[in-house]
Order: sequence, then C-alpha cells, then structure tokens
Amino acid sequence: MTPAAAPAVDETTRVIAGDHFMLGDHACAEGALAAGLDFYAGYPITPSTEIMEHLAERLPTVGGTFVQMEDEIGSVAAIIGASAAGARVMTATSGPGFSLMMENIGLAAMMEVPIVIVDVQRASPSTGLPTSVGQSDLFQVRWGSHGDYSVIVYCPASPQECFDLTVAAFNAADQYRVPAFVLMDEIVGHMTERVAIPPVENIPRVRRKRPNVPPGSPDFLPFKADEDLVPPMAHAGEGYRVHMTGLTHDERGYPSLTAQTHEKLINRLVDKVRLNADRIARYELLQTEDADVVVVALGCTSRSARRAVALARMQGIRAGMLRPITMWPFPKTALKELANNGMVKRFVVPEINLGQMSREVQRHTPLPVTRLNHPGGAMITPNQILEALAQ
Amino acid sequence: MSAGSIVVESHPADTLMRADRLPHILCPGCGIGSVVHTYVDAIAESGIPVNQHVCVSGIGCSGRAAGYVNIDSYHTTHGRAIPFALGIATYRPDLHVTVISGDGDLTAIGGNHFIHAARRSVALLVLCINNFNYGMTGGQAGPTTPLSAMSRTTPHGCWERPFNLPFLAQAIGASYVARWTVLHVRQLRTALLRAMNKQGFRFIEILSPCPTGFGRPNDIGDGLSEMQNYLRRCEVNNEIDLRAVDIDLTQQDSPIYVGDFVDVDRASFRPQVVHRAGA
Ligand code: SF4
Repeated sequence: MTPAAAPAVDETTRVIAGDHFMLGDHACAEGALAAGLDFYAGYPITPSTEIMEHLAERLPTVGGTFVQMEDEIGSVAAIIGASAAGARVMTATSGPGFSLMMENIGLAAMMEVPIVIVDVQRASPSTGLPTSVGQSDLFQVRWGSHGDYSVIVYCPASPQECFDLTVAAFNAADQYRVPAFVLMDEIVGHMTERVAIPPVENIPRVRRKRPNVPPGSPDFLPFKADEDLVPPMAHAGEGYRVHMTGLTHDERGYPSLTAQTHEKLINRLVDKVRLNADRIARYELLQTEDADVVVVALGCTSRSARRAVALARMQGIRAGMLRPITMWPFPKTALKELANNGMVKRFVVPEINLGQMSREVQRHTPLPVTRLNHPGGAMITPNQILEALAQ
Repeated sequence: MSAGSIVVESHPADTLMRADRLPHILCPGCGIGSVVHTYVDAIAESGIPVNQHVCVSGIGCSGRAAGYVNIDSYHTTHGRAIPFALGIATYRPDLHVTVISGDGDLTAIGGNHFIHAARRSVALLVLCINNFNYGMTGGQAGPTTPLSAMSRTTPHGCWERPFNLPFLAQAIGASYVARWTVLHVRQLRTALLRAMNKQGFRFIEILSPCPTGFGRPNDIGDGLSEMQNYLRRCEVNNEIDLRAVDIDLTQQDSPIYVGDFVDVDRASFRPQVVHRAGA
C-alpha cells in the first residue's frame, strides 16, 4: 500500500548525482535522501543541526515528511512510529540529545523497528564543548540503553563517507530490523570536501523483508524469525493487525513474561548482529602488509593517523593502520589476524576520549596497546601519533 | 455447570478484541476494561474500516489497553505514546490513531508531548483514563491526584494542586474536549464516535475507578462504590467554563462536571510538501 503522505517522487530530484563540494553534515542528509528517507523528526543541537536544516529544505521537496519535535525523546519516538507504519526514518543529534534517546532506542531494538540515528559527537560529558570535537560516545552508542540488544554503527571519516555510510545505515537497519547509527564527530561533520553522489540506479537499496502471506492469514506471526533470525515486517494499516510491545513477547507479539521467552527473544535480538558480525563489519587497512606497529583509529582521528603512518614510513618505521568503519560490530577478526600474523608487535590507539576503543582493542589481543588520548575539544595531531609509533 | 447459566462461545466484540489474550490482568472493579469495551464498540460503529484504526498506548495499567484490541496496536514507552502515534498519524494520514493513556503517563512524564501535539493539531484521538494515581506501580500520587487525597507517596494527603485536564486541553488547542466517567458508557461511546470523525487533536478524559490504588486508601471502597460516587456527584454541563471543572476531593458533595465541552473545527497537522516549479 502506498502511504498517502508520500506521493510519487522523482528520484532524480531526490538523488543529486554528480560531484559536489559538500559539508559532512549535508552529505549525511543527502545520503539519507538517496537511501529513500521518508520521515525525519528531530530537535536541533550543535554540531548536528546542519543535517536537520538541510533536510528541512530538501525533504519536503521530494515528498517526504519533516517534523521539528519538542525534544529528542519525542523525535526518536516519532521515527519509531513512522517506521512501524512503513517509512524509512532518521533523526540526528549530538551527545546530550543522544542520551535522551536511549530508552526508545531500546524500544526500537525490542520491537525490531528499523531506525537510523546520526550522532555527531562533541566534547562531553554533559554540555561539554558544544562546538568542538569529541569521540566519547563510542560505548554509549553500543550499550547506552538498558539491557542486551544489538546495533550496527558506522563511523565516517570524510564527507564522502558521511554520504555512503548513511546509505549503508539505512540498508543495515532494514535488513536486520535494528537501530543503525552513523557515529560522526564534529570535525567530520563540519568538514567540506568533494563528495561524489552516484546516479540513483547505483545507490544500493535493501528493503525490509515483508510478510509473504496475505493479511488475515492465521499463519502470520509478526515476530517469527526466518533462518536469518529476522522476522518479516508488517506495517500499520495493512490489515495484519500486529501488536508490538517493549515487553518481552512471543512470536505473536504478545507479552509473555517468563524467563524462557525472554531468553529466546533476547538471544535472537543479539544474535541477529553477533552471528553476522563478519559480514557486517567494515574496515580499512593501510600499509599493514609488513607493519610491526599498527595504529587503530577512526573518524577524524584516522586522518591524523594516516599522515602519521606516512611520516613514520619516511623515518623507516614499519607502521600501518587499521581503521574501523563499523565501530560495532567491531572488526575484531581483522584485528586478530593482524595480531596473530607474527609481524605486528604493538598497537597504538589514538582517540578523542580517555580510552574507549583501546579497551576494545585490548580485549582481542595480548599484544601491548599504547593509548593516546585527548578528552575532547581538539584533534590528536599527526606528530603526537608519530611519537607514539616511534616509541 | 448449573442449569440456567448463560454459556456463550463468543462475544460480539471478540473479533475486535484479542480474545486469545483473555483473561486480562486488570483488577476486579477496575474501569479500564469498560473503556476498552466502549472503544471497540465505537470502532465497530465508526464507519471507518477496522484496519484503518490504530491504537497506541504508553505504560501502566491503561497502557495495557493496546494489547487487548485486535487492531494494529503499539505498546510503547512511558509517556511517549503521543510522539510515537504522531509518527504513524503524520506518515499515514489515512489511518485513525487513538492513544490510550493513563493520567500519569500522559500528563506527568508525557506532559510536554501532550501540549505540543495539541498545539500542532496532530490528528490524534487521545483518551486519558484518569484514576487519580499510578495504579500499576502500586498507588502513588500523580499530577491529577486531588488535593488531600491519600496515596503511597502522599501518606499525609496530597498538597499539590492537580491538573484540570479539560481546561488544559482546551487551552493548548484541542478541537474536541470531553469528560465522562466509566459510568457514562453511552455518552462516552457517543463522544468517541464524534471524536473519531473529527480532525485535529481530540481529547477525552475518562474518570475511572482504581479500587486497588486509589479507592482503598481514600475510603472510597470498591469499584462499585466509586461508580455510586460518580452517580451521586456527576453533573452534566456542556456549556460550563472549563476553569470550574476541577475535581475537589475535600468537598465530598461538590459536583464533578462531565460533558462534551469543546467541539470546534481545526484542521489536522500536515507537514508541508513543497512542489517546486519545474521540479
Ligand atoms: S491497579 Fe488500579 S488501574 Fe491498575 S488494574 Fe488495578 S484497579 Fe485498574
């Protein structure tokens, strides 16, 4: 059924194919449009506001729905509702707003309603440094809501990736029926670079799995998963008469408050991503073929690290880089392969927080891990990373 | 089974109730069941196809209502039923979305969403089942607990002034405002039918017994006694100035005003779609 609010859209206005000199935040907004964004609800917060402002301008011109909500809690609740009604949805925020969204992120995970949330990180905690960079939401994005659930988190390092990975986040959210995140940082969000937007037919679009029985069929159980652990999704108003709840529920969606039902449901929600981790995880390797010291860096920090690796090579240091493109699932297989290849002696983890990703690196290797941290407000420079590589 | 007992295999409302979920979890004498029953009756009579009705609820005893109605139904988070429903109603304006909510859910934790959805004139029918306390967590005070009322968190009597919900709803822009009690099932059904066929943000407060959380500590007794209380005290007045419809528990014989208070035309919120020349 075609939603009444979404008239037929000229896909060429939706996808502005071609080369652009573009702000990271705007590239993210364009990525969402290209991915088929139908509904955006949000609340302004620095340094993510340009995403919202750009969509306020663009989304209504391609038949989409834009709503400025009263707060971040309402924003995330509204996108979950719209997604339950069949829309492709997104909201964007920064740390303080992201914290407010946590309860409903758990609801989306429990109801298996696909949503995309962009967090443009700034220096934290609390209001912190609103206009300056931070990378300290790495764990909040994974564990921020109460309980066990699974998420997929992309970390762009350039405006181009802001576009590409926002598209990827929409596809991952729909494919696995999970909350998917674009975890940016202020530097990347506020950086202007060349962004190549492919023609619409080259934008990968994965659609959520839909029931293959007609409405009213007694065979339809809204939370009965297929082999891939993902149940097909029926939308509001289609006649399937689904019930969705944040309570522990059985395959009918009915509350069933027993430890057995809970164990079955939660394990499946976590396994959807856990068992597919190697398929979902994305990363980049730079000069690791002969490296004996490997820097692990993401987002804007990976840009300093890239320079540091080049400088180190000039000094004869065999340095390389592993850049996680998905922070979660963390590319642990790639990390373990490096750690076990017999050449790598040490990892260096620079990050704009006091040691979140280094903890994850340490968890997967017995090799020494050198931490290089800044709590936020400034980038870590190539020279600082070079020093750590030379130690 | 004794001779003469009435055995029915099904009830006319069965197709609109998730009969396989019954018996429900509500206490004897609770008014929430009556509201749900009246709601499904109104759905059946509304002339709107059943599959275009959607029910969204928050948390608490009233929040469980969505689980019993056999339409697309969403049991969401505490206080957030309205923004969740906004997402559905805004994306699918052809659907008729009803929020069933308790007083605490709607006007304490959800108060901000309530006022903003009404301000925007979002196409929602919002039912507030007001039993003057937090029932599910065991009878604590909320923003509608009347002055001097006893609860688990007001053991010396409530001294906060409660919300006057019809007045609030009128002030923030509801196109329809009514208050009935679960005693007034016919009037409530009529109000629901009227509201279902209107645009904008519609609000019905339904006073309802919670013998477990509110009736007992306030010496009201069981559900039936509270209904008798409504019978004795309720006064229908559709024209009343809504500033005067506070519920005062300290005055045992003061009237509780009920009625269809506000019925004005206000277009539903529709986010703009911009068609560019040449686009
Ligand atoms: S606690 Fe009160 S509101 Fe909840 S089911 Fe019991 S009587 Fe009803």
